[in-house]
Amino acid sequence: MAYVELKAPPEPAGLIGEIVADMTALAQGMSVTLRHMMQKPVTMQYPEERPNLPDRHRGRHELERHENGLEKCVGCELCALACPAKAIFVEGAENPPEAPFSIGERYAKTYVVNMIRCIFCGFCVEACPTEALQLKRVFELADYSRQSMIYTKDMLLAPAHKKEPEDSWLPG
Amino acid sequence: MSDLLALINWNIVLAIVTSFIKAFVIVNLLLAAFAYMTLTERKVMGRMQVRYGPNRVGPFGLLQPIADGIKLAFKEDITPSQANIWVHTIAPILSLAPALIIFAVIPIGPSTWVFNQPWTWYIANINVGFLYATAIASLGVYGIVLAGWASNNKYSLLGGLRASAQMISYELAQGLAALTVVVMAGSINLYEIVEQQNRAYIPFGLFPVVGWIAFAVYLVAGIAESNRAPFDLPEAEGELGAGFHTEYSGFKWSMFFMAEYVNMINISALSIVLFLGGWWPAVGLWTGYPGLDGIIGPVIFVLKLAAFMFFFIWLRSTFPRLRYDRLMNLGWKFLFPLALGNLVLTAIIVALWPRGLWPFI
Repeated sequence: MAYVELKAPPEPAGLIGEIVADMTALAQGMSVTLRHMMQKPVTMQYPEERPNLPDRHRGRHELERHENGLEKCVGCELCALACPAKAIFVEGAENPPEAPFSIGERYAKTYVVNMIRCIFCGFCVEACPTEALQLKRVFELADYSRQSMIYTKDMLLAPAHKKEPEDSWLPG
Repeated sequence: MSDLLALINWNIVLAIVTSFIKAFVIVNLLLAAFAYMTLTERKVMGRMQVRYGPNRVGPFGLLQPIADGIKLAFKEDITPSQANIWVHTIAPILSLAPALIIFAVIPIGPSTWVFNQPWTWYIANINVGFLYATAIASLGVYGIVLAGWASNNKYSLLGGLRASAQMISYELAQGLAALTVVVMAGSINLYEIVEQQNRAYIPFGLFPVVGWIAFAVYLVAGIAESNRAPFDLPEAEGELGAGFHTEYSGFKWSMFFMAEYVNMINISALSIVLFLGGWWPAVGLWTGYPGLDGIIGPVIFVLKLAAFMFFFIWLRSTFPRLRYDRLMNLGWKFLFPLALGNLVLTAIIVALWPRGLWPFI
């Protein structure tokens, strides 16, 4: 960006001097607009051109998994407590030992984020003790109904990795 | 029957038919120019604000004016319940019609011969062409004042009053500046004025000092006359909520919009005819072949017109609106005396100029 240095104009001498000073000021103003016309517009052509968002951009929630495919979330409900907008609802349950969902004793049976309420403050991420909850760089969250703005656990959960038995360090 | 046919002067019939066709073409060209002027303005102003203008409808946004036109045509045409319906309806027509008919007298190219028939680049070459243009241009103020009054809205009324005061004030300076040219050319026939500049080898607007002053005054007054920024007080969005056309919507509103842009074209065309030598090419001379000159002339005229239109847009995106008292001060205390003094000076110069000496032949 080009900035024009503003200087106090010298006292114009007489009518002619005043006219000349005024004309110079007008020409200066017009040169500014002309210079800006030569610049490349800063507009991003959005749907075709994608924004390069920073890594820590706070967008859509995602529930992460361990490398073995088990959920990181242990259903502690700290995210729901931390949420100032009361957008998160978590219902924890005992982890079935024969087919565990998470690595802990408990897991999130229900995990719902109301995206209409969410203010994307990231307090839930800070509160999460297992780093299960992340705010991703996905920002195109608009939809047509209130119902569709309520994100359930299967929508929030990261896609499962291929479970490889030799990687598994869990009992069973 | 054959006796009756023999009575008809076919040359006159041909002239009338040609004039009708020309008028039809000119009106349509003016409205097309208006449509694409809105797009150009939005694009150029966009670039001056370091953004793209409209570029979604069609390639480079070229179909945007058509989309806008369809939108405006289908919008609800609201007349306020307390408004004077007749005046409210007539006002936009009164505003647009004078703007469209001024172009009848503007010559955009030299008269030539096409297939051994005379061809002229104007619709009417009347001897009082300049007077006609000035008189019709000042009719445009009625449309605006009546629109402001008929809307029964205080902001509209204020806009209309501002418009009348502004246009009447600036008409004086504008007329006096143009009279300078009339004195130099010794004619108020617009074609003759251009021919005089052609013969003198210098456009009147570039004639040292008196020409420069007259041109500058005419340009400033012309911008004020067409109610364009920075003199757009009648429709000041921030203060009056669009001023005289607050209560207009749909097609009636777009007629005011058309009138504004066609007036811009008229002011530019008149400036070119009076001050910049009309179709006279700024660089190079005529080819000497009348047919070829007859084609180059209008092209040069249109190029000059485009430069003027760009200048109008440039001004709009640069300068803030004038305060009302400053507008009046500029018109009455600066431009008017300047134009008057300049006219007297020009008259003295022309009277004392030796006969037969360039540029006053």
